[in-house]
Amino acid sequence: MTRMLTIHRAGPGMTVQDAGRPGWLDFGLSRGGAADMLALAEGAALLGEKGTHTAIEMAAMGGEFEASEDMRIALTGAPMKASIAGTSLAWNASHLLPAGARLSIGAAQTGNYGYLHVGGGIDTPEHLGARSAHIAAGVGAALDSDTVLKIGPDRGGATGMTLDVEDRFGGGEIRIVASFQTKLFAQEELTRLEATELRRDPRGNRMGIRLEPDGDGFHAESGRTVVSEVVMPGDIQVTGDGTPFVLMTECQTTGGYPRIGTVLPCDLRRVAQAAPGARLRFRFVTLAEAVELERADRKMLATLPQRLRALIRDPHMMTDLLSYQLISGVVSGTEDDP
Amino acid sequence: MTQPLSDPMPQIVTAGVDGMLVRFADRLSEPANRAALAFRAAVESLGWDGVEETSSTLVSTFLRFDPLHLSHDDLRAQLATLLKSQDWYAADLPQGRRLWRIPAVFGTDMAPQLEQAAQAAGMTESEAIASLTRARVRVQSIGFAPGQPYLGELPEAWDISRQSTITPRVPAGAVAVAIRQFVVFSRPSPTGWLHVAQISAQLFRPEADTPFLLRPGDDVQFIATEPGALEQMRSDPQGGATSEAIE
Repeated sequence: MTRMLTIHRAGPGMTVQDAGRPGWLDFGLSRGGAADMLALAEGAALLGEKGTHTAIEMAAMGGEFEASEDMRIALTGAPMKASIAGTSLAWNASHLLPAGARLSIGAAQTGNYGYLHVGGGIDTPEHLGARSAHIAAGVGAALDSDTVLKIGPDRGGATGMTLDVEDRFGGGEIRIVASFQTKLFAQEELTRLEATELRRDPRGNRMGIRLEPDGDGFHAESGRTVVSEVVMPGDIQVTGDGTPFVLMTECQTTGGYPRIGTVLPCDLRRVAQAAPGARLRFRFVTLAEAVELERADRKMLATLPQRLRALIRDPHMMTDLLSYQLISGVVSGTEDDP
Repeated sequence: MTQPLSDPMPQIVTAGVDGMLVRFADRLSEPANRAALAFRAAVESLGWDGVEETSSTLVSTFLRFDPLHLSHDDLRAQLATLLKSQDWYAADLPQGRRLWRIPAVFGTDMAPQLEQAAQAAGMTESEAIASLTRARVRVQSIGFAPGQPYLGELPEAWDISRQSTITPRVPAGAVAVAIRQFVVFSRPSPTGWLHVAQISAQLFRPEADTPFLLRPGDDVQFIATEPGALEQMRSDPQGGATSEAIE
């Protein structure tokens, strides 16, 4: 029997996301993938998913979902008010979604991108080696209301687990490195960049996020036109009026605006998740420091599965959920490790 | 601070935390573009452990790598050795290049800026069409948007500026000209380049077995076509474009 998840109501900007599709840069297609890769990894850990993991990314607003059979789910990223059949659910946790019950997810309480994960993953067709929608490139599309998604076979595992997560929704200090165009800016501009508080503008999406400086904008010296050069996620592009934009997962692959620096990959999720109005400040670190911070981050990601702990159950929730079949159908497929 | 204009080329510079860029010039030239294409092909064929992805831009080769697996110092040394191994500015272009002939409508309401562009180049419209269809141009880079080629180099008369006022939207398949280059838009886009021709060939089809029509290094020649004929080519995803291998 095919496992299906019906999206009865989808907020705008809801997409299927995974780790993206590397390998097409030379053809002008950026990697794309989840705006908050840590949230993707947290969901995979909560459900014990191995290998490629695909989830539903919800941009600021959730939706209403229904499963064709009992499914394990996990909720990560920007916290949103979530409930099953009126019983509220803990965020950053795994739950059972009984067949036929309504899962409602509301607006983000803080941050931008929330994630709904389903045991077995979202099993939509791959295009260019991945399932993630790359809206800017026209690969896949945002999910509409009344979409039915195929769900992969679940290897089974626990629900009712939770994970303490890094608070990454309030902006704060964002570490950056100098990049090959940083020297187009005078040292005073770089010093001023570090000293300037920046506000996350409402104008932001998976391509880029505009930051409004508290004070003057930033300008490259002598307004020299630079030859169009490679662009990568995390690059801080400065447009003609001096406004910095942080380029995100669906950014263009080349560009002619000067880049003043590049956000560390491990800090990019904090830019993605800084809610409109959140205040950020950039700080330059050396390349050697950046590599060590990446190393620490990679280690942290590897330990996610060991950091799970049981949710303390709310007895009221138990009562409600017991009206559904909690036991049958939770485990499907093989439980043996391949 | 040192200015890049005075920096000796080629140079190896870092891009973010996990990127390395080998720059062959700070402005577009045929030898620098040739070097970027050839060097990228060489890096690809070597398949260095820790290198995750490569690309070439107009004048540079880019590598994305895992700095926890391959240190910046080691990669830089490997690149420096490879740079010294030959004169990349005079290198052969990568194997597997093709010559594409792509039907295009010049001018009419499908490409309304032909007259303006011809004027800027000091030509009549028919001279402009003759010049732009005679030129056999190279895919110097594919970038910005998926499958979107930058083609050059056009004759010197086409060293015309981009407009200061941006055209809010040109359709996919718009062929636009400026600074001795064509860009062909793969997606509807705003642009400051002048929209001189329109093709119906699709540059990027994400659901096709061959999603990208062109590869960096390919040659392209546009064939002037009547609007009616181009309309009929729309049912063909290649929009009437044909290709042959370049030996």
